[in-house]
Amino acid sequence: MKLARDTWLIFQRQIQLLLRNPVWVFVGVFQPVMYLLLFAPLLKPALRASSQAEAYKIFVPGLLVLLAIFGGLFQGFGLIAELRAGVIERSRVTPVSRLALLLGRSLRDVVSLVVQAIIITLLALLFDLRVFIGYLLLAYLMLALIALMTSAVSYGVALKVKSEDALAPLMNTVAQPVLLLSGILLPLTFAPGWLQGVAKWNPFSWAVEGTRALFAGDLSNDRVWQGLTIIAVLAVAGVVWAARQFARSVR
Amino acid sequence: MIETRGLRKSFRSRAGRETKTVDAVRGVNLEVAEGEIFGFLGPNGAGKTTTLRMLATLIEPDGGEATIAGADLRKDPAEVRRRIGYVAQGGSTWDESTAREELVLQARLYGISKAEAHQRAVRALEAFQLSEYADRKCKTYSGGQRRRVEIALGIIHEPKIVFLDEPTTGLDPQSRAHMWDEIRRLRAEGMTVFITTHYLDEADALCDRIAIMDHGEVVAEGTPAELKREISGEVVLVGLDATATPRAAELLDTEAYVHKLETADEGGLRLYVDEGATAIPQILRRLDGAGLDLGSIELHRPSLDDVFLTKTGRSLRES
Repeated sequence: MKLARDTWLIFQRQIQLLLRNPVWVFVGVFQPVMYLLLFAPLLKPALRASSQAEAYKIFVPGLLVLLAIFGGLFQGFGLIAELRAGVIERSRVTPVSRLALLLGRSLRDVVSLVVQAIIITLLALLFDLRVFIGYLLLAYLMLALIALMTSAVSYGVALKVKSEDALAPLMNTVAQPVLLLSGILLPLTFAPGWLQGVAKWNPFSWAVEGTRALFAGDLSNDRVWQGLTIIAVLAVAGVVWAARQFARSVR
Repeated sequence: MIETRGLRKSFRSRAGRETKTVDAVRGVNLEVAEGEIFGFLGPNGAGKTTTLRMLATLIEPDGGEATIAGADLRKDPAEVRRRIGYVAQGGSTWDESTAREELVLQARLYGISKAEAHQRAVRALEAFQLSEYADRKCKTYSGGQRRRVEIALGIIHEPKIVFLDEPTTGLDPQSRAHMWDEIRRLRAEGMTVFITTHYLDEADALCDRIAIMDHGEVVAEGTPAELKREISGEVVLVGLDATATPRAAELLDTEAYVHKLETADEGGLRLYVDEGATAIPQILRRLDGAGLDLGSIELHRPSLDDVFLTKTGRSLRES
């Protein structure tokens, strides 16, 4: 009860500040839209898809997962600014739940991600993408869990390194192999055996395959529940770890 | 209100390959009474902030115990948090938020209801003369205004004790005087105020009692007046012409309150006394009674810097 109330307070404040500066919607959507417009047309011939809509069914889910990973991983920068302003320390002398300090922020990231995802899905509809709404909601759940995990990890790392200069290269170094090994841009079915073997160890590749299965309307595909489970477990682990950083962080 | 026994904290710092342990606070014993302004005076790096952060539950002590407003710091930090307020040195407001938003949020983080939080914010804004700027973003405030918002944030939940870390550092003289008034007002409202400062005049003028800290230890503790008296008492300079001086010296030398008497070369006396304020009337009466003509009388009080010098072997201004 107290956790829910505290989380709501932090979330409210974060959303309020976010809405005060709505440029993020534009910034957050601009890049994926560019991919959608300038990269996706190459896919039909490249993937030997039967139609453009078919190519989008493969590409859009990957794009959304990419958005969730990157959107989350770079949230730590905002926290470092708050750390520097003394806002975190001010919160830490109150009896507010430490977990709420994290969850309130991560939930804002989840909400802003889902808004971006909805905008991109709507745009993709213009390109004849068709998805059953129930499956789409499940895919959004997957995205939400990914964003929860990556933003929590980003906050935890930010509290540990306490500087943008350290956070930026660190996050880029993590994000790049994760991106390449997840089959986000092109499905890993094209990959040589060794690459597929390595990718099996990347939880995000399971998430991407699961999301693709949902977009394809293939709910019975094992990757759906496997992806959701893996990401959910990792999200919980990430949240627990990051909340501990909030409890112990110095300055 | 606050009692600490042997509070300790060391930090590990890495320089190259070597790990060095720095004892930031080495066994601090303090007693702070209810309703006083208690000052922590010392140079930068003396361990003031570290001690304050331990008392405010922000960092865990390595050793020692403390009871704050009746709650045990080691066993029940959550309860300590409910009873104290803390205002950090480096600021605590967010550029894009307004004072009112910050105050309401802070109150609510302490579990106060929404309606009550809004009322308290209004009262705090009035008390700190911030109503006019209440709905402007914090980034538009002056240094003094922003500091007042931060203090208001620290006491929005009406704590028994408020810790203020260097509350006037970086303020212009006028804002500083204003801040002193605010701090005295908190005391008048019954709050115990614990401040750190490296300004001698601030410790002297504002604090009821002070502890002087150096290299992680409390080297002296008492009221500013006591501390100053402790080192050498006070000196009364009596201005007399050369002819009257020997007679005056004879008269005053036998007085119990005069510890030591020196005759100045150009005439006049230096009297070492415990307390100039009570000695001066007696000196006046004595000399007047003997019909001696008094040219001037001057009280020289040792400053807190003299105290710091005696206790640490160097001046606070230099360190």
